[in-house]
Parts: sequence; C-alpha cells; structure tokens
Amino acid sequence: MRGAGHAVCLGSDIDTDLVIAGRYLRTKDHSIWVSHVFEDLDPALAGRLNGAIIVAGKNFGCGSSREQAAIALREAGVAAVIAPGFARIFFRNAINVGLPAIECSLPCIEGQTVQFDLAAGRVEAGGSQYSIRPLSPRMREILAAGGLVNYWRAHR
Amino acid sequence: MSTLAERILGASAGEYVDRKVDRAYVHDGTGVLTLETWKQMGAERLSDLPQLYVLFDHIVPANNSTTATLQHELRGFACGSFLHFSDIGGGICHQLMSEGIVLPGEVVVGADSHSCTPGAFGAFATGVGATDMAAIWLTGETWFRVPDSIGIHLSGSLGGGAEAKDLALSYVSRLGMDGGTYCALEFIGDGAATLQMDDRLTLCNLSVETGAKTGMFYADSITLRYLAAAGQKVRPQVPEPCTYTRELEFDLSDIVPLVAVSPRVDTVKPVQDLAGLSLDQVFIGTCTNGRYSDLARCAKIVRGKKVAVRTIVVPASRAVLEEAIRTGVLADLVAAGCTIGTPGCGPCLGAHMGVLGEGEVCLSTANRNFRNRMGVGGEIYLSSVATAATSALTGEITEPEAD
Repeated sequence: MRGAGHAVCLGSDIDTDLVIAGRYLRTKDHSIWVSHVFEDLDPALAGRLNGAIIVAGKNFGCGSSREQAAIALREAGVAAVIAPGFARIFFRNAINVGLPAIECSLPCIEGQTVQFDLAAGRVEAGGSQYSIRPLSPRMREILAAGGLVNYWRAHR
Repeated sequence: MSTLAERILGASAGEYVDRKVDRAYVHDGTGVLTLETWKQMGAERLSDLPQLYVLFDHIVPANNSTTATLQHELRGFACGSFLHFSDIGGGICHQLMSEGIVLPGEVVVGADSHSCTPGAFGAFATGVGATDMAAIWLTGETWFRVPDSIGIHLSGSLGGGAEAKDLALSYVSRLGMDGGTYCALEFIGDGAATLQMDDRLTLCNLSVETGAKTGMFYADSITLRYLAAAGQKVRPQVPEPCTYTRELEFDLSDIVPLVAVSPRVDTVKPVQDLAGLSLDQVFIGTCTNGRYSDLARCAKIVRGKKVAVRTIVVPASRAVLEEAIRTGVLADLVAAGCTIGTPGCGPCLGAHMGVLGEGEVCLSTANRNFRNRMGVGGEIYLSSVATAATSALTGEITEPEAD
C-alpha cells in the first residue's frame, strides 16, 4: 500500500477526545464527525485535512476507545497518520477502518509532501527516507482488505 | 514460568494469538457503532461462543431525541437477540461486570477503554473499538499480541489520608501517559494483599491511562471472598517466577493524597501543593471511584455538614445505590447538599449531567482530565474520594484528614 499527502504536524499525546469530542458522538451521520474533527484542539485544522498525512508525536490516539476518531480522520480525507507510537486501541481502530497508522519517527515540516510505501517499509519526506515498524501479518491483511468489515465479508 | 497474561492467553509475550473471548460487552455509546458495523459485515446471527452484554451507562437517561432514538434501536436489538441487557440506571458497564460476573482466568473484552478494570479479578480484560467488537459478535474470537508485563511491587499498607486512587495516580505519574503502552500491569507483593477488591478495581481502572492493555491482580483470598458473596466459587491464582519487562516498587505507607493537574493524568502533585485552589464543582463517581465504599467514605466526611460548592455524586450501579440507601449513606449525602445522579458514567465524558462552563474548575474522582473533556474551557483536576469530599466542604482543594 502506498500513499502521499501534505504534512499536518501535531504534538504528542493527542487524545481521542481532542480528535472528536464526546458531545458529537451520538449520531450515525459521519459528516458530523468530519465537521467537528479536532475542534477542541484547533478549529482551523479541519480545513487542512483533505489529502493530508498527519505527522504526530508519541502516543497518538490515547484515551477513549471511540472509533469515531479514526472514522472522522478517514472521512476527512486523511491519507495516513504517522507517529513514533500509537495508543493501542486507536492503532487497532485505525487499521480496522482502513486508515493506515504508521509507526515511524520523522521531523515534520508543515505542508511538506510525505510519501509512504508500506510494502517497502519506508516513509519519504524532504528527500530523506525513514524506516517504519512493520505491521503484524494479520494487520497487513486487514489493511489490504480496506478494513475489518471487508476482511470478514471476504473470509466468512 | 509465565506472567498472568501469558498464562491466560496461553502463549509467550510478543506472540500473536487468536483467542476465544469469554465475555464481551458494549455500552450505549459503542454499541450503536458495533451493531451498525456488525450488520455491514453481512452477519445474520451472533456468535454463541462468548457471553454478550449490552449495558447502558454513558448517557442515561438519554439527553436528547437523537440519543434516545439510537438507544431505542440498540435496546430493541439487545432484547430481541436475547443478549444480557442492562437499561438506564443499572450502572456502569465495568462495575456491572465486576459484581460477580467476571471470573479469574477469563478473557474479557469491552468496547470501552476502561475495560481493563475487571483485570482486578485475575482476568485478562481489555478494551477495543467498535469494529473489533463487531468481529467478536461475528466470530466469538479476536486476535491479541500477548503483552509484555510490568511488575508493580507493592509493600506496606495505605495510611494517613491516602487511598488506592492516590496509589493509582502515583504509578500513572511514574510511568507517564505512554509508559505502559502494549503492556499488562501486574500488581504483586505483600501490599497487594492489603487491598480490597474496590481498591484493586480502582488501580486496574487507571492502567489504560499509561497506555497499558490491562491491569491485573492474582486472585487470592480477598478475591475469593468477594466472589463468594456474589455466589461464585473460584480458585486462587498462584504467582510463579516470571520475567517482567520493567519493575516498579511502591511502599504503600509512603503514599500521600495526590491530585492530577489539568490537563494531564500524569502531572501529579501532593494535595498540599494545590491547597486553596478554588473549585466550581466536585464530582464523585465513575468506574474509578463510584463504588459503595467510595460513597460511604464520602458520607463519613460530609455527614452533618454542608458542601460549599455544587457536588455531584453518581453511584456506579443500582446495587451501589441500593446499599447506600440501606445503610443511610445516601441520606447523609443528600442532607449535606450533594446532588445524586442516575447510576452510570455521569458527567465524566462531558455529554450531560454536570458539563462544565468556560473557566470553571472541577475536582473529580474520575480517571481523565483531558482538555475540554467535561466541557469547553473547563478544567479538571483528579483526586481520591477523601480529597474530593473534604474539598467539597471548603470549596477549594483541601488536604483530607488522616483516618
């Protein structure tokens, strides 16, 4: 799996309450999550997410198990989230909804083009290459299927 | 020679396993997305392997017609499919699973991050998102990476004004918000035997705040006695020599009352360093500190006095509420001016029943003080029940007296 996008830089320990606040969770309308994504962190962020690759600090997605956080990012057009490490529930959720969560450390320059190639195990930005921690075989299969729904539709 | 997590999952740390789930639970929030996703998987019937539970606790009773409609659909499905169901007022999912349901050695998965809580019974209990839960509804199984374990050695016993919550804030502060990521925390040592089940549940509850997959106690005579009272006969678990990836030591007699400062759970200071900080609200409850012993401790402090600031007390379950009624604890709380909420999560998640206004400060016994979590522009400080109750009487952060 490959992808590219413009870097949106975020700090460490971004919790899922900040990705999508608890007051917006009770709906099936995914567009509501998209319109309020990152609202409590920086309301201007939502407008920059389409075609973006989020490059965050450590422990991205900590806190609540709310899968709406991963769905909101995917539906907002985020191509991937790259961080040195993820909170484990967010990490599973992201892969399960088909959003690449890539464990990799790289310096982030806002707006710079970032490319990733999961099969090759690398991220490229600003002319430099960075190695990524490979996904487990099962997670690779789930991501390749486009998420866990498609995976189980194919495997049942 | 295995850790408890390795023993229950039947493989060594670092290995990936597919494991049958003994019990799987969702609440009114995550259940809606789980049901929707399960249907998208093309499922026609539920797996009959695990015991499946739908437990309403997050926004109870419903706060608006959108929430009510979603709850109506999930309630109809749960009852129509003969799942174990608890409606509004029954209590917090983790608490209900801890009232004689989860047993030592079981694999328990909840669609909520604090599903690590019933690890206090010597179960492997952890949280997942809605799609993982939908797959469990479909197959009865899920995959795990068998975690490395961090050994938390406890010695001595708690004294002064300190409670299990203060010990919990101590280890979260020591490990930091990602210091336990992908690991299991094992609470061991002579000090563990001095802690009652309510204390152990509080300690395991906070494990996810370090990123840990679960927190665990070995089932011992205290576990057996607690479960026997709930009609469950189980065997103790005996620790064996094993390898921990990291080890921490705590002498419980060194623990003092602490506060986690907004907006990070791992920014922890002694209560006396924050003494005098003015409060707008005190909240006592949640899956961390809403059990009967918590309410009783609160009542002992406020009995015969009046709170100086709005104080919301939410029992963790109907059983807790009933016990508080039976013993007079509830009457003491109401007489002291506390407001009592429907058993459930209360204002912890900032959706209802005590949302903070801009610039307001809340001292809470919950487990999260993230920026804006209980209301945009509100600040959350976390403490024990004794600190929260003592501070409610003065309207400012106040050190509790020694027992």
